[in-house]
Amino acid sequence: MASNKKYWKNEAELNPNDSIVETLRQNEFTEAIPVDDFLGDKETLSSSTTNRRDFLKYVGFSTAAASLAACEGPVIKSIPYVVQPERIVPGVANYYATTIANGFDFASVLIKTREGRPIKVENNTDAAVGGSANARVQASVLSLYDSTRLQGPLFNGEQAEWSAVDNAVKKSLSGGDKVVLLTQTYASPSTHKLIAEFTASYPNVSHVTYDAVSEEMALNAFEARYGERAMADYDFEQAEVIVSFGADFLGDWQGGGYDGGYAKGRVPKKGKMSRHIQFESNMSLTGANADKRIPLSPSQQKVALAKLYGKLNNSSVGGALGDYEQVIDGIAAEIKKAGNKAVVVTGLDDENAQQVVLAINEMLRSKAFDAKAPRYTRNGSAKAVNQLVADMKAGRVAALIMDGVNPAYSLPNAADFKEGLEKVGLSVAFSTNVTETTELAHYAAASSHYLESWGDAEIKKGHYSLMQPTIKELFDTRQFQGELLKWMGSDQSYYDYIKATWSESILGDSEWNKALHDGVFSAAKPVMLNVTDEAGATVAMEVEEDAIDAPSIIPIASAVRNLANASSDGMELTLYSKIGMGDGQQASNPWLQEFPDPITRVSWDNYVTVSKADAERLELVNENVANGGLDGSYAKLTVNGIPIDKVPVIIQPGQAVGTVGLSLGYGKKAGMKAEMQTGVNAFPLYQNFSNIQSVTVEKAGGNHEFACVQLHKTLMGRGDIIKETTLEIFNTKDAADWNHVPVVSLDHAEVPATSVDLWDSFDRSIGHHFNLSIDLNACTGCGACVIACHAENNVPVVGKQEVRRSRDMHWLRIDRYYSSEDTFEGDNIKKDEFDGLSGDKGSLGGFAELEDPAVNPQVAFQPVMCQHCNHAPCETVCPVAATSHSRQGQNHMAYNRCVGTRYCANNCPYKVRRFNWFLYNNNDEFDYHMNNDLGKMVVNPDVTVRSRGVIEKCSMCIQMTQKTILDAKREGRVVKDGEFQTACSAACSSGAMVFGDINDKDSKVAELKESDRMYHLLEHVGTQPNVFYHVKVRNTNEA
Amino acid sequence: MKKVKYRTQISKILGISIVGLLLLSTPLTAQEETAEVATTEVATEGASAGGDHVKGKSLFNQNCAACHALNRKMTGPALANVETRLSEDEGLDRDWLYRWIKNSPGMIKSGDAYAVKIYNEYNQQAMTAFPTLTNADIDDILAYTAYVEPPPPPQPPGDVATSASGSGISNELILGALVLVFGLLAMMLFLVNKTLRRIAEANGVAVEKEKAEKRTPLWKAFAQNQFLVLVSVIFLLLGSAYFAYGWMMQVGVDQGYAPVQPIHYSHRIHAGVNKIECKYCHSSARVSKHSGIPSLNVCMNCHKTIYEYTGNGEAPTQEDLANGYTNEFYTGEIKKLYDAVGWDETTQSYTGETKAVEWVRIHNLPDFAYFNHSQHVSVAGVECQTCHGPVEEMEIMYQYLPLTMGWCINCHRETNVQVEGNEYYAKIHEELSKKYGVDQLTAAQMGGLECGKCHY
Repeated sequence: MASNKKYWKNEAELNPNDSIVETLRQNEFTEAIPVDDFLGDKETLSSSTTNRRDFLKYVGFSTAAASLAACEGPVIKSIPYVVQPERIVPGVANYYATTIANGFDFASVLIKTREGRPIKVENNTDAAVGGSANARVQASVLSLYDSTRLQGPLFNGEQAEWSAVDNAVKKSLSGGDKVVLLTQTYASPSTHKLIAEFTASYPNVSHVTYDAVSEEMALNAFEARYGERAMADYDFEQAEVIVSFGADFLGDWQGGGYDGGYAKGRVPKKGKMSRHIQFESNMSLTGANADKRIPLSPSQQKVALAKLYGKLNNSSVGGALGDYEQVIDGIAAEIKKAGNKAVVVTGLDDENAQQVVLAINEMLRSKAFDAKAPRYTRNGSAKAVNQLVADMKAGRVAALIMDGVNPAYSLPNAADFKEGLEKVGLSVAFSTNVTETTELAHYAAASSHYLESWGDAEIKKGHYSLMQPTIKELFDTRQFQGELLKWMGSDQSYYDYIKATWSESILGDSEWNKALHDGVFSAAKPVMLNVTDEAGATVAMEVEEDAIDAPSIIPIASAVRNLANASSDGMELTLYSKIGMGDGQQASNPWLQEFPDPITRVSWDNYVTVSKADAERLELVNENVANGGLDGSYAKLTVNGIPIDKVPVIIQPGQAVGTVGLSLGYGKKAGMKAEMQTGVNAFPLYQNFSNIQSVTVEKAGGNHEFACVQLHKTLMGRGDIIKETTLEIFNTKDAADWNHVPVVSLDHAEVPATSVDLWDSFDRSIGHHFNLSIDLNACTGCGACVIACHAENNVPVVGKQEVRRSRDMHWLRIDRYYSSEDTFEGDNIKKDEFDGLSGDKGSLGGFAELEDPAVNPQVAFQPVMCQHCNHAPCETVCPVAATSHSRQGQNHMAYNRCVGTRYCANNCPYKVRRFNWFLYNNNDEFDYHMNNDLGKMVVNPDVTVRSRGVIEKCSMCIQMTQKTILDAKREGRVVKDGEFQTACSAACSSGAMVFGDINDKDSKVAELKESDRMYHLLEHVGTQPNVFYHVKVRNTNEA
Repeated sequence: MKKVKYRTQISKILGISIVGLLLLSTPLTAQEETAEVATTEVATEGASAGGDHVKGKSLFNQNCAACHALNRKMTGPALANVETRLSEDEGLDRDWLYRWIKNSPGMIKSGDAYAVKIYNEYNQQAMTAFPTLTNADIDDILAYTAYVEPPPPPQPPGDVATSASGSGISNELILGALVLVFGLLAMMLFLVNKTLRRIAEANGVAVEKEKAEKRTPLWKAFAQNQFLVLVSVIFLLLGSAYFAYGWMMQVGVDQGYAPVQPIHYSHRIHAGVNKIECKYCHSSARVSKHSGIPSLNVCMNCHKTIYEYTGNGEAPTQEDLANGYTNEFYTGEIKKLYDAVGWDETTQSYTGETKAVEWVRIHNLPDFAYFNHSQHVSVAGVECQTCHGPVEEMEIMYQYLPLTMGWCINCHRETNVQVEGNEYYAKIHEELSKKYGVDQLTAAQMGGLECGKCHY
């Protein structure tokens, strides 16, 4: 039965004799209070100058002083506006639609501002494209208040005036020597127009676009095929079969933002859901969500892709793939069956592979594939960048003006760049923060954060969005585009320029103000064209079924041949970008640093992921030490003779044997606080802007301490946490079979656990009754909700050392479980065998014997926050009644009442309560953002900032539900469905989290609660939670 | 709550005794108020032929005062003796004024030299046309602008002195007399006693002397009775604990807190005398959790034209004088506002140099308590005075009620939810009132006592 599937969080759990696992199982808080540190040492005690009498004196004095001080309240000033802006009402939030386009992340978002301060990023639900904010975009509001930001222009590190920058640039522009603009990808119609005008008026200026994490091959392939430098767009909602060759499309593949559409297709509707097959070497978020994940090294993936192409064309393709040949056969059959409802994608940095994929999708006339309205979110040119570096080294560049890029850090040949930069007469680097590049450039031009800037973006052809400032520049910063206008001698502001561009060529008859209000604008024309085209394609498809276009084979025949001949000597390295760090632009953002990676659950680090087999061969180890922390070996990676020493090692289940993975974006040093200088810089290995590299791995000395939340908060071995089934069983069997309700013994008879209760039930049928629904099928584990929760609820950042001590404060965590099985059929057989085993033998060991989990486990994600149990174990044990239950279903936490006994945390079966071990705000020991006035501007004024010594936890965003209720009361109306939101449900772009009032029978959440798939976490405990989950269904039936 | 009692008790006792003293003194000191000087109005007929200056005054206040003052440049020029000035300086007659007042934009358009000059001088803000005013009305207004207040007849100087300081002196006299009387009484008693003793001695009556050495003194007897000592000690301890508890419970409660503010803002004058609705200035109380301290531009809505305080009339009361609340004082406070907001009175324009006013916050809820004004003001329809006290009587604002959690809870227990006409409450009120068997639900029954409603 599916429900008895075992999950494990770490390989150590598979070892039944591991004492640490057992210890952690027993102890929620593993570390004892370090009393011995200061009382145990006799010598220090006796040598101390403070003797007992003095100590008592101090205690007495401070007690008296404190009580005296308490009598006199502080004088609090209250300073109103002199002239209050019309739209600002103190205490009422304003929302502005804007767009982030920082060269890596592109999204249309809403910004919540309070008293003029942006405090939160929300999804712009009006946006048809790019309306979902990922974890980094959610966190970007904190980067605005980064105390390490550049606060004004610098000249060789000294404070300078903008006029100096302007004069220097103007001088070099009129000099006639070669001036180069090296910029990020803007995808901005106005900026493109402006740069075109700029280069037209100064013929000596050329423009080079540079992406730190490049999609060069995809761009080249698309350009070769369709004549435009862009990337094909995919709508995974339309796909019934998704085959991915190393494309982490739920991560940052080709600019990301595909999870919403993907998740929609993953929820079984009328017995159907999409089927997702993933070939990959690293365990990515996408692979973790796949129905079938095949770990292959990049070179094997190329062969597999070539073979698939051959199978679809009924032609034979060379190359050896061993056992996987049949797998490819099966996949080809599935694709053929699905016809235009199949789609193939690849993330291999190989132009041949990209060409082949475009050809396959075109051949399939895939509905999910859109080459007519492509994406513009990457536009860099590696060739041009390499040429620029060569020119610089040759001294042919008189001036280099950079915006949004940090080549001295992120270029694989950064040393060459630095050498070249010295020969450049004038270098100006626009940047929000001090970076490796601004340190070397003559002028560090402090640029405005996107929340302080005007701008626009065309994320996808025909889909425009606007960027507007949500706060006045905090510092003496300027926008690159505004400076371009100034250098051109124009006195137009960039805002006027955008407005003019839009009214001339984008808006047509539509209104500017409406577009600005909505933040997005879709041109009617291209969309119309698409519709007719697609309809035509469908008709055509029906006619020619799986007939293959013969002519298309010819141009790519050589591409396929090249792919099939792909081979590799030695280990293959796949470089990737982490959900929490991306290309490293926001490395000084503490929320992102503390964000645990969805797969490894490691925060504050990057690391090389190796398979278990390789780890054994190389004698690399991971071990859990007594305090619950994870330790790992170091490895030395060498690519092309370029070494990186001391890279921490994580043994990653699912990592293809013979491959390793390493994430980019870490190891930044310049301008960063010491705490933020984490990880190693992998960019030097990013040779030729290719994410696939041949690498040699050696063990290096030393032991690395990870801040991993992986073995912490074990669920005490109680089962039925994630219920899972297959689509076939889901469709054919009764719900009781696959959504098994646990039974308990009552009066010596087995009864469903839900029917037994220690307490009297409270009638909750009156008023609101909030429930949160989490669909495990739709949840991709992306973690946007984690950061949204962080921002909404003023959750403190505790730092690497504290996270290592299991003192992370996240109110919402996304548990990641590795399953032990590959298929459900095998699972069922093994389950039968376990039935034969007696209980005292321990099934955990049995699982370990029966399979080899390190090869390729299945993965499941489960967001866990306070479950708001109607019969909450925490409430009954609180000695001071600090936590209590509301009629509306929320479990309240009165911080001012809490005395910090932590009984509640111990009694919580879900381990969701967090203890404030320290005062995290106003404390220089925790130098993140809550100890400076700038960083504190992000704090949500509606939520208490907690002090030391109290427990905190998810409040089900009571401040948001209360606000919704109050708005309805004030307007004298009932609350509409969908109005109630929590930070996590609002941030969830995949629709996995739905929040609402189940007493409103027409609400979506009430409908979801009635679903067959609904279950509660640890149902047998009888806590009756107000958070419920939906059984995960996997489409694993083999074709 | 308790501690409030203590504090008020002390002040009550003080208050009562002061009131008592005053009561004692007033009947004795209350002298006849100085007879009101009946000033016979001497209407000085100026240059204005005809026209009723009294009627003119009311017309002026209705129509002109928003932009004009008599002796002061405002949005428009000062108007005292405007007609004389115009005819002397510009050679313009009353007819010109009629035309100007009735249709000034027209005159500017037609290019009248002086009209254009005035228009340009006053920032090109055309004067509102008053076609409804008749010539007679304008005559009245002009009469008012030309009217010179007759000088008040000189008062006998002594009279002024007594009326100003009379009560003070008499109070002292009375006290002195009282002391004297009591002194005399005491002396008389002493003398009588002495005389009686002498008489008794003379008559051989022996006055029994108390035998102190034989009787145990009362305190000793008390000390020897251990039970009594125990009981009284217990009572003493309990009593002092009671008072200590009461005292300690008022720690951190700032009832009566009335800090000195950077600008002496009188709620009495604004909300009391002038009856300005609270939410005119504290407008965000309707929609926000904060009632909001009005920004200075809100003040300037009125104070652009109200540049001086005249509320105390010609004769401020003794109490006002004692506090220094004279017209000049209040006018000075208005100048502080101008200074902060950067309003230049002479040019009637903003200089752009602003200074924030740092008010001292009076009502300080702790950060962990969430209070929303709009919930109480807009939804529940609670009067501001319910929590803030008689603000319209407060010369300076102070915290009227304790604002403690117990105080909140009591109110939530006693107050019915205002559900009429609010569709939000329709269903829940019907169901809940049925459940609890009541007609009207209190805020507590609605869930208003749950911790998380105010603490998150």
